Amino acid sequence: MTLAQTAAAGLMDYDEAIERYDPVMGLEVHVELGTATKMFCGCPTDFGAEPNTQVCPICLAFPGAMPAVNRTAVEYAIRIGLALNCEIATWCRFARKNYFYPDMPKNFQTSQYDEPIATNGYLDVEVGGGTVRVEIERAHMEEDTGKSTHVGGSTGRIHGAQYSLLDYNRAGVPLVEIVTKPIVGTKASAPEVARAYVTALRDLLSSLGVSDVRMDQGSLRCDANLSLTPAGNPVFGTRTETKNVNSLRSVERAVRYEITRQAALLASGTRIVQETRHFDESTSTTRSGRSKETAEDYRYFPEPDLVPLAPEREWVERIRASLPELPWVRRARMQQDWGLTDLQMRDLLAADALDLVAATVQAGASAAEATSWWSSYLGQQANARGVALDELPITPAQLATVIGRVSDGSLNTKIARQVVDGVLAGEGEPDEVIAARGLAVVSDDGALQTAVDQALAAQPAVADKIRSGKLQAVGAIVGAVMKATRGQADAARVRQLVLSTLGVEG
Amino acid sequence: MSSVPPTEADDPGPTLSRDDVVHLAHLARLELTDAELDLYVDQLSVILHSVTAVSGVVGGRDIEPTSHAVPLTNVFREDLVRPGLSREDALAGAPSAQDGRFRVPQILGEV
Amino acid sequence: MTAGTTAGTAAGTPPTDLTRLTAADLAAAIRSGQASAEEITRAHLDRIDAVEDAVHAFLHVSTQSALEQARAVDRARARGDRPASPLAGVPLALKDIVVQAGIPATAGSKILEGWIPPYDATVTRKLLDAGVVILGKTNLDEFAMGSSTENSAYGPTRNPWDLSRIPGGSGGGSAAALAAFEAPLAIGTDTGGSIRQPAAVTGTVGAKPTYGGVSRYGVIALASSLDQVGPCARTVLDTALLHEVIAGHDPLDSTSIPQPVPLVVDAVRRGQADGIAGMRIGVVKQLRGKGYQSGVLESFDAAVLVLAAAGAEIIEVDCPHFEYALAAYYLILPSECSSNLARFDAMRYGLRVGDDGTASAEEVMSRTRGAGFGAEVKRRIILGTYALSAGYYDAYYGSAQKVRTLIKQDFEKAYQAADVLISPASPVTAFAIGDKVDDPLAMYLNDLATIPASLAGIPAMSVPSGIASDTGLPVGLQVMGPTLGEERIYRVAGAFESAYARQHGGIVPDAAPELEVGVR
Repeated sequence: MTLAQTAAAGLMDYDEAIERYDPVMGLEVHVELGTATKMFCGCPTDFGAEPNTQVCPICLAFPGAMPAVNRTAVEYAIRIGLALNCEIATWCRFARKNYFYPDMPKNFQTSQYDEPIATNGYLDVEVGGGTVRVEIERAHMEEDTGKSTHVGGSTGRIHGAQYSLLDYNRAGVPLVEIVTKPIVGTKASAPEVARAYVTALRDLLSSLGVSDVRMDQGSLRCDANLSLTPAGNPVFGTRTETKNVNSLRSVERAVRYEITRQAALLASGTRIVQETRHFDESTSTTRSGRSKETAEDYRYFPEPDLVPLAPEREWVERIRASLPELPWVRRARMQQDWGLTDLQMRDLLAADALDLVAATVQAGASAAEATSWWSSYLGQQANARGVALDELPITPAQLATVIGRVSDGSLNTKIARQVVDGVLAGEGEPDEVIAARGLAVVSDDGALQTAVDQALAAQPAVADKIRSGKLQAVGAIVGAVMKATRGQADAARVRQLVLSTLGVEG
Repeated sequence: MSSVPPTEADDPGPTLSRDDVVHLAHLARLELTDAELDLYVDQLSVILHSVTAVSGVVGGRDIEPTSHAVPLTNVFREDLVRPGLSREDALAGAPSAQDGRFRVPQILGEV
Repeated sequence: MTAGTTAGTAAGTPPTDLTRLTAADLAAAIRSGQASAEEITRAHLDRIDAVEDAVHAFLHVSTQSALEQARAVDRARARGDRPASPLAGVPLALKDIVVQAGIPATAGSKILEGWIPPYDATVTRKLLDAGVVILGKTNLDEFAMGSSTENSAYGPTRNPWDLSRIPGGSGGGSAAALAAFEAPLAIGTDTGGSIRQPAAVTGTVGAKPTYGGVSRYGVIALASSLDQVGPCARTVLDTALLHEVIAGHDPLDSTSIPQPVPLVVDAVRRGQADGIAGMRIGVVKQLRGKGYQSGVLESFDAAVLVLAAAGAEIIEVDCPHFEYALAAYYLILPSECSSNLARFDAMRYGLRVGDDGTASAEEVMSRTRGAGFGAEVKRRIILGTYALSAGYYDAYYGSAQKVRTLIKQDFEKAYQAADVLISPASPVTAFAIGDKVDDPLAMYLNDLATIPASLAGIPAMSVPSGIASDTGLPVGLQVMGPTLGEERIYRVAGAFESAYARQHGGIVPDAAPELEVGVR
């Protein structure tokens, strides 16, 4: 957008906004747990089933139904809490959050209120060359709602719809809600920090195996709270909450947009309305939703149909011991194992190449070679094609094979690139490409000797020079042999042969 | 409604105004006729007056609340699939259904 | 007063009036081949036909399914199978707040008119597996809120002792069905006295187990931390037999306790055979006096004498916080029920009103709930919404839960001095229909004696103590035990019933006046 367009849209230029105001963010992430069954009943949680085929009296809130807590969901919640460096409650309860909405069958959500399972943690996030510690206020358990489809309106949105259709397959699926403490001091990099946090959280949750964390499928959702305060002013301003943020990119854009929108309002003396807003993917803007002027009265009270949770410390420690290697620990270990500098590591992370390098090393290549290939040559190829590294049509195993062929001398680096090109072009496995294109290094001494003899015969003056001790001249013969073999000769071997043919030491 | 919760010092205790009852009925999604509103305001005030003695008797004392006679903790269910309802059974009692889903009137943003 | 007709008849001759037999005797008759389950069920269905116009205990009579169940019991017996339980083949009336798959459930409300549950409550499942024959669903105050069954959206039930009077509530239908000999067994639910108070005013027996002793899964919830399902019958032994069928841990109810089923049948037999010599019985000071009818107190005092004569030591116990029990109850119950009843919103089941194509979901919800709920339900929902609303939780619901602790402590202290506690189960005998219906607070006072046991979660039951001399109507004796003390209360109740029967030549239920029999 041009400055003029920005202003016309009621937004302030971003840089100006950041100069005049400090953003304060609060990020709430909901994770759908990958348990086999729902939070309070034994219905399956599979994605994509026919509507209302994964339901029972409990998740439909039929009269008389009662909840029963899924042990694995609690275990997953504790895993998440531990991985986020939280304290795990020694005693906590579920609570009813009372409000009416058709996608919430009981018209209350069984959640946790003032007694969450995990509190006071943090996640260190790599952003723009530095580390930001995002503090976690709490993580608690709750249940998901059903899905409503609005019919009759113009765009399938709520406004103007004539009626709605409810599918309760998702109602009751276990959720963990992770809430940050206010994130301050990020200034201009607020949008970046938000995105980096959600990314890091996603990767962490994925490594824990507690969710498939697909933002596109709704198993990871982010609500971004943002408020502005005049630069240097420690008092927080009024915040808005933006929902429907369905991708990492949207997280960044939503935060950015809200900063520019709120700044324009504040600058013009307008009060920020505390409200829920919706993010519009197509325009990267936020739109006003429900007003939260009067805070909703949820009438929380402890869930009387359930009994308290008092996770035994032995159980918590067993869970802690079973945690997989956490991403930052893994990264530190890899960096050390591979002998990479911080800068090299950062480049790898920036290129999102870490797992690819690891897999290539796993397949037998050296870390140095793997790192080098993925960072430079393959990085260039990915850029040229406009795709991410892991979208290139070459696998770590295939690359490892190529690297192996260079190690064993059947390829040199230059030819290796041609082999890689062949794999990328879909010509088959590395060995197939080598065979089809005839790229193998000529290692047959007989053939090489013939080429050497031919080259010497073609450049008698150079041959004389070599015989007289001018060893640099060997290069010209080697070059000629390389050309004659289309680069498929082992240059060092050629040099040896030239010298021995001429009977020269060197 | 008074926005200040009652304390021991309050006397004779809170009363509910007609507006209070209107607000509460909205929170509870109960449509009441004028006659009902008038009747309930009177009846509820009487009841409320007599039940608010409780905050007086416990006020300030350190007492643990009781919710269950036999205190239980850590009651769990294993993460195993149990048979649920067929879609037919789920929808059988629905006031309105369409395309295998429950059909409900237009939801105006917040219901 | 007629002599008891509950004694078994001479071996070999079929009993003449099957509806006058106890459940124990009916089960024995089936086992010995003297009568078939189908005959017994038919006899009770006929009785229902004959008296229902007068009593209106039932909202639904499940004729076909009951006969099928009875026939299945007969077939099993013919095959030589062991009886499914000590109550196999015995008919039972189920309070219409407990779901049975395929049978309508209304909870006494218009908002569920026509709803057919697609699943069984755990209690229902246990009864069916035990071979008990479920005759139908009985009337109740709407969503179990009330003490007279006048709050039913389907009309009141009448007390078989005097048809112009209430049978108690909320479980008046179950109690009336027993008193009218429409069924020998019934299931009720008790939140603040809804089993015990109807038992008292109809001259029958009803028990509320220790909280968590019987599964609540499939029981339409009123106040989750207070509701309990309980057995009802005309004799203490029958009640005990039913108690053992329905009790036990249920993984579907997270508040159900893991303790084994209490051996209450043996306890009753011990009470009847060995009496209660040496037991210490505490009379609760706070549960008598102002608000209690003189005829009730007289009957209670006579019962105390009977217990003393049977060898028990009678002492007085002081439970000072019982004074606050009613207030705490009427904060806790409305709070929990306001939330439990939120699901009745016209979206997935039940009544839908006002869906004219232009109304919003919110409007339809509000109109439906306004039209489908009765006055008492609406009052309690509003009260509960208020008690939980922002800023009021600590003062109301929070404080009330603390009062519960004080009451529990009063009981614990009392049980150091006494083995069981007793009081009248209802402060008054059955009042006339219409007498208190416009005065909610007066109605709430009917639960004065029963509420403390509900708040503490302890077991309590009502057994007839006699007939009030001032009204000629039944009076109930409430026996309360410590947590998990079911065996004690059944022993005392069994001993009392036997002593009473010896003294009066029969038990109270058999003294009920004959009902005018009509044909529907």
